[in-house]
Amino acid sequence: MDALDGNAIGGVLHEVFGTEMTAATATCASCGATGPVALFTVFLRAPGIVARCRVCSAVVMVIVSAKGMNCVDLRGLARLDAA
Amino acid sequence: MAGTAVRRRLTWQVATVAAVFDETATVRTIELGAPDWAGHRAGQHLDVRLTAENGYTAERSYSIASAPGEPVAITVQRLDDGEVSPYLTTELRAGDELEVRGPIGGYFVWDADAAASPLLLAAGGSGIVPLRSILRHRARSGTAVPARLLYSVRSLPDVIYRSELDQYAASASVTYALTRQAPPGWTGHRGRVNAALLADVAWPAGRDPVAYVCGPTSFVETVAEGLVSLGYPPPQVKTERFGGPGGP
Repeated sequence: MDALDGNAIGGVLHEVFGTEMTAATATCASCGATGPVALFTVFLRAPGIVARCRVCSAVVMVIVSAKGMNCVDLRGLARLDAA
Repeated sequence: MAGTAVRRRLTWQVATVAAVFDETATVRTIELGAPDWAGHRAGQHLDVRLTAENGYTAERSYSIASAPGEPVAITVQRLDDGEVSPYLTTELRAGDELEVRGPIGGYFVWDADAAASPLLLAAGGSGIVPLRSILRHRARSGTAVPARLLYSVRSLPDVIYRSELDQYAASASVTYALTRQAPPGWTGHRGRVNAALLADVAWPAGRDPVAYVCGPTSFVETVAEGLVSLGYPPPQVKTERFGGPGGP
């Protein structure tokens, strides 16, 4: 399966957070790497959307859409600051 | 405008296809009439949603091909095993309606107003689309920021926007890397982009350049790593990955 990057989920992130998030600064809870959300490694066709840290590959975000609702797991992030 | 985060809901809207243009044998540009479109920045994208009669929906993200201030347009490459691109590139006609939402993205964007750094654009295949928006925006704005484009593509007939890119040649150098097939007498680069070609085309790091790299994941990784080893600071290398060869 092809890995994309955080640019590819700009739409769903905007839907979830109510604002542009690809330029937001994220800090990985596993390795502490900090950088724009656009750099995440993103898999769209996992069961839901899975985003991984580009440095250590830890899962940083999971978004599952079902019945018109988005379930969002951000436990892989230590910080997320909108630009 | 640079640095201003506009808080607004991202909602689906119905756009009408104003015109379609074939760019290559497998690539088509779709110009949209979208009355509720809020305008866009160069490099942004939009989401397209198709709904089948049975209610099944498919969403895809496409880079915006037009410059800020122009009618919104996307350029789509047909993937023969795709769910959405065959419809967009072969069935869709002027007058048809399409659900879209956007503009999307605030990282892979370039604003002429705020730009001073020399611009290096590197495209692999359909990764040219957002870079074309940037080139058009640059041309329309009249900025003096110098630009270079490195475009990796299978063969010359696969070059998207070729006649337009030729017109930029006076003010923005365009270098092609032909990865599969070159015409007889081709004196340009053959094969994939490598460190030597990058070193040849890229602005020296000392000029404080900014790079936008868009294409298949492997292309983006090669170019981004190459630029960093030439001394480009990683934040000055903006990347957007389309996945496997051929784009989304």
